[in-house]
Amino acid sequence: MNIKGRIDYVQLLKNNGILIVFFLICIGLTVLTPYFLTTNNILNIIRQTSIYGIIAVGMTFVILTGGIDLSVGSILALSGMIAAGMMKNNGMGEFPAAVIAILVGGGIGLLNGLLITVGKIAPFVVTLGMLTIARGVTLIYSKGYPVSGFSPAFRQLGGGYVLGIPIPVIIFILTVALAWFILNHTRLGRYTYALGGNEETVKLSGINVRFYKTMVYVIVGIASALSALILTSRLNSAEAIAGQGYELDVIAAVVIGGTSLSGGRGSIIGTLIGALLIGVINNGMNLLGISPYFQQVVKGALIIGAVILDRLREETN
Amino acid sequence: MWGWFSGPSYSYPEETSMEPLLKMSGISKSFPGVRALSNVNFDLRKGELHALVGENGAGKSTLMKILSGLYKADEGELFLSGKRIVNTGLGEMIRLGIGVIYQELNLIPYLSVADNIFLGREPKTPFGTIDWPKMYKMTRDALAPFKLNISPKQTIRSLGAAHQQIVEIAKALSLNAEILVMDEPTAALTGNEVDRLFEIIERLKQEGVSIVYISHRLEEIHTLADRITILRDGEQIVTKARGEMTNDEMIKFMVGRVLDEQFPQYESTPGETVLEVKNLTKKGICENISFSARAGEILGFVGLVGAGRTEIMQTIYGYRKKDAGEIFLHGKPAKIRSCQDAVGKGIGLIPEERKQQGLVLGMSVFDNAALSVLDLYSTFGGLLQRGKITKEVNTMIKSMDIKTPSVKQLVKNLSGGNQQKVVLAKWFIRHCDVYIFDEPTRGIDVGAKVEIYRLMQNLAKRGAAVIMVSSELPEIMNISDRIAVVFEGKIVKEIRKGELNEEGVMEYSLGLHEQKRA
Repeated sequence: MNIKGRIDYVQLLKNNGILIVFFLICIGLTVLTPYFLTTNNILNIIRQTSIYGIIAVGMTFVILTGGIDLSVGSILALSGMIAAGMMKNNGMGEFPAAVIAILVGGGIGLLNGLLITVGKIAPFVVTLGMLTIARGVTLIYSKGYPVSGFSPAFRQLGGGYVLGIPIPVIIFILTVALAWFILNHTRLGRYTYALGGNEETVKLSGINVRFYKTMVYVIVGIASALSALILTSRLNSAEAIAGQGYELDVIAAVVIGGTSLSGGRGSIIGTLIGALLIGVINNGMNLLGISPYFQQVVKGALIIGAVILDRLREETN
Repeated sequence: MWGWFSGPSYSYPEETSMEPLLKMSGISKSFPGVRALSNVNFDLRKGELHALVGENGAGKSTLMKILSGLYKADEGELFLSGKRIVNTGLGEMIRLGIGVIYQELNLIPYLSVADNIFLGREPKTPFGTIDWPKMYKMTRDALAPFKLNISPKQTIRSLGAAHQQIVEIAKALSLNAEILVMDEPTAALTGNEVDRLFEIIERLKQEGVSIVYISHRLEEIHTLADRITILRDGEQIVTKARGEMTNDEMIKFMVGRVLDEQFPQYESTPGETVLEVKNLTKKGICENISFSARAGEILGFVGLVGAGRTEIMQTIYGYRKKDAGEIFLHGKPAKIRSCQDAVGKGIGLIPEERKQQGLVLGMSVFDNAALSVLDLYSTFGGLLQRGKITKEVNTMIKSMDIKTPSVKQLVKNLSGGNQQKVVLAKWFIRHCDVYIFDEPTRGIDVGAKVEIYRLMQNLAKRGAAVIMVSSELPEIMNISDRIAVVFEGKIVKEIRKGELNEEGVMEYSLGLHEQKRA
């Protein structure tokens, strides 16, 4: 009991390991390069983070249920391309085009979810298939050509500011807040955790497992479409190869944030920190002029390191 | 402290009264915040069955984990045939001939019996590949003493619980185990399977195998044990030879107080029929099941494991699809196609497998208890009414006397009895009309059992129809108002409380009357 104070201190370190690593890296970068801690750079980091951060928020739901979605990058490409096509080729307004993109993203998510719950196919397999299908459909629809040049109104979405804050950052923060609220204050959120913990128990408790499990894939689909709109607006172009490999960064952000790949345990705040950590490291290494080849190695080590940290915490608890 | 060497009070069979084969002396073990064992002395003679008894959390499993090498004792020493064991690591203990059969069997379901028995020590051909013919022969040899019809090539999954248990025993013996630790070996067995296991235990003893036997079932202990050691809160309370303690004394030592009664009595006042099942049929599982359950009574379902009791309940509950038959609730036909339908219509099922089906182990007591009522306490959009839920859950946890430091404690950290109470709390909060309890007291200590019986009786008093499936005859005989006996997927007899004695019910469970009729 006399060493209680110290134990709590150690516990604090372990429970907030990633947060502490995050701050240490930030402090280190501030010392190493004066440009790091400037408003411009910080906003830049968060804006870059928001593109995959929004998807990571959706992915958190999926991973909490014990599932995985590998098709997010392709959903992003397809929904972005369709929005672009609607605006450029069909003369549709920005708002209806955005709604269609969201419907496409949510629709693919619904299809993923139904194949998993009703078709009883493993999420890995379904979404691996969908990764290729959605990319293929994007190429068919666009014939491989990029669609670019949008109205100034649409370009505001990725490039605009409100009160000096980039709009993507505002959307990212709102997404995080909404996800936090859903996870903690709605049935969907509590069932998401419970499903990852023990699906059998949830089923026997009289809960519609199919519905809620399908919903998490719809959520990540919608998040991918939202991200697609921001990316398309920011680049002023929709490309068939957009979002390729995003699933890895997205899953990395969720895992670094402490969400267990086997489900049931994790948080949206963790994902936020995980996404920002990846953003800060990318940015910092660029500022320090570290070779992109080397950056890959660091990112990979970070993912493994985060899981080791998490394992240490689990073992002491 | 109870004198360990004050031998005169015991009487051992002559041939076993030599130097103990195994001696664990002065064993202490602490975990953060808990003293799991303090200065426990335990010994085992050759060919003896020494029962280790105590409530959940008494320290039995910890003591056996030290013996198996899984844990290291903080204090104390282990001796084998008088020689101190220096290295108490897991591998070393296996090499010394200590085999442990855990409550949760450690078999790999998709691998064959042979694969499981010889996992990690498969016989090899000169080319370094597995010598299958030799391995199958060795497996047949290992299984031979049990006189069972098990093929070495069968997967574990295809075997029943009793046979899986026997494969575990065969595996331990094939490792030349001289000491076998059996943790609740009969928990998943009933009737003739238990008898068969007891025969095997008897034979093992005659062959000189020494057995440490952990069980909650006192009748078993009276049948099998040569000596009995009772632990409570990590302390050794008493070690006596069989016959020197009555059941009541044992219970007193275990719980540290006199239980008023093992089976609380109450006057039931059956009301209207709540649930009526007519000709329920599911191919390969049950046939023409018809019964009714009335408000205010407890209806018991008894039968051997594999008779189909659990499956019948799961079919009623919509967990399995029925092939034919009708279900009526309050006289009206009820369409139940899923668990969700069943719960929506006021049926609650407390499943047999607490950990796999009743709880989300990684979630808190609060979240688990609230799981079944989130739909009642949320708005149309699914927004939770936190205040109401918190109030309901806290009231229920308090009224059920669930022992937990806080409602935020993860359920996996609670004892078995308290975990079961969390499952019950989850369903009591919901106020169902029909409660189906599937083996509600399995693996739970005596004190918690009585509490669970009382809770079931309270539900009946409140006007619910209570159905209890149980493999423990004394419990079913004493707690139920009516009893349905299931044999091979059919209800072969329905009796009123007290109409038949245990032997009579057993005859029906074993299908003896069916054979006569046929």
